[in-house]
Amino acid sequence: MEKMSCPSTVSGRTMFCHLDAPANAISVCRDATQVVVAGRNIFKIYALEEDSFVERLNLRVGRKPSLNFSCADVMWHQMEENLLATAATNGAVVTWNLARPCRNKQEHLFTEHKRTVNKVCFHPTEVHMLLSGSQDGFMKCFDLRKKESVSTFSGQSESVRDVQFSMKDYFTFAASFENGNVQLWDIRRPDRYERMFTAHTGPVFCCDWHPEDRGWLATGGRDKMVKVWDMTTNRAKEIYCVQTIASVARVKWRPERRWHLATCSMMVDHNIYVWDVRRPFIPFATFEEHKDVTTGIVWRHQHDPYVLLSGSKDSTLYQHMFKDASRPVDRANPEGLCFGLFGDLAFAAKESLMTGEAGRKPYPAGDRRYPIFFFKKPDVTEQFAQVASALSVFESESDGSSRMDWFIKTARRYLLSGKPFAELCDHNAKVAKELNRPQVSTTWTMLRIMFSDPGNPAPPANHNMSKLGNIPLMNSFNLKEMSSALNERNKENRQDNLHNLETNLNNDENEETEGSDGQAEYLFGDAELDDDDLYSMEHENQAEEAEFSLPQEAFPLRHEIVDHPAAPEPPAEKPESPQVSGSEAESFCLTPMESFSLISVSQLLYQPQLTPSFFSPVVREMLDHYAEQGDVQMAVSVLIVLGDRIRKEIDELTQEHWYMSYIDLLQRFELWNVSNEVIKLSTCSAITCLNQASTTLHINCSNCKRPMSNKGWICDRCHQCASVCAVCHHVVKGLFVWCQGCSHGGHLEHVMEWLKSSNHCPAGCGHLCEYT
Amino acid sequence: MKEESAVEVPQPLPSGPSAFIPAQVILDEGARQEVMTDTLLSVSHADHIATIMGLHPAYLGCFLRTQNALLQPDGPLPLPWRHYIIIMASARHQCSYLVKLHSSAFQLAGGDESWLRGLHCAPPKIQRLQTLNKLLAHRPWLITQEHIQELVCPGADPRWSLAELIQAVVLMSHAHSLASFIWGCGIHPEPDSTAEQHPPSASPAERLAQPPPPQREDPNRQEWTEAVNEVQLLMEKMMLVQQQEEEFTPEEMVTRFERERTESILEPAEVVRAALPDSISRFVQDPDFIYQDFSPRGEQSPPTMRAQDYSWEDHGFSLMNRLYGEMAQLLDEKFQVVCALTYHTMAMHTHVDTSTLRKALWNYIHCIYGIRHDDYDYGEVNQLLERSLKVFVKTAACHPEKTTLRMYSSFWRQFLHSEKVHVNLLLMEARLQAALLYALRAITRYMT
Repeated sequence: MEKMSCPSTVSGRTMFCHLDAPANAISVCRDATQVVVAGRNIFKIYALEEDSFVERLNLRVGRKPSLNFSCADVMWHQMEENLLATAATNGAVVTWNLARPCRNKQEHLFTEHKRTVNKVCFHPTEVHMLLSGSQDGFMKCFDLRKKESVSTFSGQSESVRDVQFSMKDYFTFAASFENGNVQLWDIRRPDRYERMFTAHTGPVFCCDWHPEDRGWLATGGRDKMVKVWDMTTNRAKEIYCVQTIASVARVKWRPERRWHLATCSMMVDHNIYVWDVRRPFIPFATFEEHKDVTTGIVWRHQHDPYVLLSGSKDSTLYQHMFKDASRPVDRANPEGLCFGLFGDLAFAAKESLMTGEAGRKPYPAGDRRYPIFFFKKPDVTEQFAQVASALSVFESESDGSSRMDWFIKTARRYLLSGKPFAELCDHNAKVAKELNRPQVSTTWTMLRIMFSDPGNPAPPANHNMSKLGNIPLMNSFNLKEMSSALNERNKENRQDNLHNLETNLNNDENEETEGSDGQAEYLFGDAELDDDDLYSMEHENQAEEAEFSLPQEAFPLRHEIVDHPAAPEPPAEKPESPQVSGSEAESFCLTPMESFSLISVSQLLYQPQLTPSFFSPVVREMLDHYAEQGDVQMAVSVLIVLGDRIRKEIDELTQEHWYMSYIDLLQRFELWNVSNEVIKLSTCSAITCLNQASTTLHINCSNCKRPMSNKGWICDRCHQCASVCAVCHHVVKGLFVWCQGCSHGGHLEHVMEWLKSSNHCPAGCGHLCEYT
Repeated sequence: MKEESAVEVPQPLPSGPSAFIPAQVILDEGARQEVMTDTLLSVSHADHIATIMGLHPAYLGCFLRTQNALLQPDGPLPLPWRHYIIIMASARHQCSYLVKLHSSAFQLAGGDESWLRGLHCAPPKIQRLQTLNKLLAHRPWLITQEHIQELVCPGADPRWSLAELIQAVVLMSHAHSLASFIWGCGIHPEPDSTAEQHPPSASPAERLAQPPPPQREDPNRQEWTEAVNEVQLLMEKMMLVQQQEEEFTPEEMVTRFERERTESILEPAEVVRAALPDSISRFVQDPDFIYQDFSPRGEQSPPTMRAQDYSWEDHGFSLMNRLYGEMAQLLDEKFQVVCALTYHTMAMHTHVDTSTLRKALWNYIHCIYGIRHDDYDYGEVNQLLERSLKVFVKTAACHPEKTTLRMYSSFWRQFLHSEKVHVNLLLMEARLQAALLYALRAITRYMT
């Protein structure tokens, strides 16, 4: 009986017309030439012309339009082109016959529902059968030849939101409810439903049968999901699920496209989405024309997948052409980045971007990466752009402590005292260099240059620099370049002013920034921008370093979060890297440090007027920066090495704070000796007194077992010498060592000597003494 | 509600949690509810509100859940701010109970004590909420998107974020409606707070003059029968309403709605109250702004809000779910519970379907706030709600501070106290929903 002709060719264009009032629902007639728009204050029929909508008929007639005209839903009969039905907000179901000769086309009025009717639905093939679902929880089936309903179905719950006749099963209809349930009914059996299942949490606003696949039902709910159910099995099975961003108000399968459906949302989001249910993460197409929520969507023709009509609360009626839809997938970045719980990093990117990777050398430092390729079999029915992406997983070394290796090694190897200042600096710079921390290393070198006595030059700086730059580091390379450039200028203009320097540097700065940008891009293509990008600190050196020391440098924040009370530095502040710092003020205050250090690299002897105190503010800021970043080790080490040169510049409390943090860290890593050394070398009274605390050793007399109060070697009570050397039998007044097994012992030297010859206890107790 | 019992109802004791409901009744009726005792035990400090609400344990559970969620540390606003917003909101209804309670909670949460000296001492950001607070409390239908924009738009300084604003809105409307409940049930101040609130039962003289409501053993036989007849009559009307298939013209419907809304049934003899005590007035700006019947036909008044165009279930929930998801779920649950709450009893009758009566109450309160349900015949309100009940409901909803014991006891003389509390619960929630709907609608409009 269906003799649907496919529309010859797709004609028409995206167009719209203004309605007088917000629309609640729309419906098209069978031959797709007219559309009816219904709302609280509107009920009109428009003809769909080639390039415009033309108003055909206003069905809202009468002096004082009654609430019966206030439509929640409308449906045009798909068999009988003169027949329409509306659901009124006051609970009336009205049918309209366009063939009536008078102006008022109203035919029947059913007022059987007590509450708002949410939905009306004509039977797809039966002319006289109309179904309604209402807020009062009832569904009613009307025979249009009679004046009243022929059967009433009770959902046994509040509020029916949608009713839909099945396209394929003559007797079946589905109803969705406010409590999240969906029921299937047989039209012949009004006593109870055939099947019920819970589809959503919260109201199910809409449902739609698949036009071709028998038993596929799509439902949309307030829980922002669209689900596709397979009803052919015993239990309704959820086969697809699409997560949208707002409550789903309407859902409509796309004709001729088995996997596609269109949705619009109840609130907040105004767009219409067409989804491929197999690709639930990104809409296949989006129509973004409406300015307020879309309330009604309908495909213009049952067999034409390219034209969609929609009505909206913004009082417009649109015809959307599929060719004008926006395709979010084209704009999407198929890249993803995620940190794992244990610091692993996964990165997925387009395959094309990842191919440049092939020639790269693998990571040192035990860093492994797994390129994983997922291939989705291209499906010809799927019209999605095919994107192949590669996933790389960067795994950090497994045991957590090794991440702090650099800290421990640095702490052990740094020299803080005992040598001339310049040597200390050089030594520490070398240590940092070996641990792949070029920025720290450079800082040490600069410190040496800044504070060394100009009259007593240390080994030439340039030599030092190039020594450091065994591997051609961009950093040192640039430093040399810049210094020579400045050199020339300096020769020309001895009395250099700050401004001039600054402009010079700014030039360099620009180049530098460009350079690092390019680098960043390159790195991004290589999937390695990771930590740099996330933390955006130490930009300059970090980018350089990333190649060598991803695991070490990726987690400097870790210990700050755990141990260091200072707030994490906001990413915008990068006072230590003037080349990339965006803020004028920062570059201004920091430029001198870089520039003058550069001058002094080569021109040390020509600038004797610069006293070390000149650099103090810069150094102070540098220390602050390190401390803020969590590298309190650097701050404290520099503080100690510089000693009086800088101490007065930093207030006591900050110093104390740094010391405490560093000592706390050292002790946590059981670096007792270093910690003690730091305490000893510190000049803060609060710190040095740490060594004065709990220095008392309480001992008991070995004879009477009572505490010895006065002297360590003679008991006041029993007047016996408590600690006698087992070797020489004299009283031990200095270092006393004893075996914990047999508690015999004596002078340290005596016992040591004894143990060279024998393993047994010198007291003759026969114990095999063990000393560590 | 419960089985008929010959409890000798004592005179209202001033020491109980409520000035209207005798303490003995609460104990007796509460004792039968084991659930309630459980709930009460789980709350470390069963305050008077919880005690009274405990008469409806199913509701008390979700009320406390919501309130805890509102005042737990999670959320965009700092805890002291939240208490302060409640103080500010409850002061509009002169509810010193809440002001006291939250003043101490405010200090406990580490709030700056100087704020308590008055609104002018609070940060300007909070002060900017004043207009919204005022409108929400008394005439929510006047809230427009401009009000929201003023607070949220980027130019505003200091600016509210939408998430903060929505929490503030929930807090304020929660406090307003809770104030209605407190006045409507005549809840006494907590004993530990210095009693400054004038209990709504005006004077002892009045109390004596007033026969305590459900006097079943009343010697005055005639009055007793009269009251019994009233209940009978009401039940018959309910049956009638349920069965009627009356055809009515739409015009008639509109007229009925308007009649209900504008009916001037305010307490004729306005209780003259002393000027606001300072403890309250310092949190109130523009104290003369109060509820007012708006003329629906007037030009300046906004059109009636249609429940079908902006309902809690569809629109309100969806929006709130986006901005303050957890609260949306809790409120949704609370509304569902309160709408479904019934014991199938009415006064001395059992197995009664009270849905029409509850619906009438709910819609009447929405009607007072200008929300119209297209699918409801407002004639039912007139038939089911007697005048004295309407007086009580309208007073408690719109001018809660004017509720008196006389009003409380003069409606439904035959009903149990717990049923009257039920009325108060419906009143509180319907009012909350109405205010929220207006505020959320304005936010929606701002966002689109």
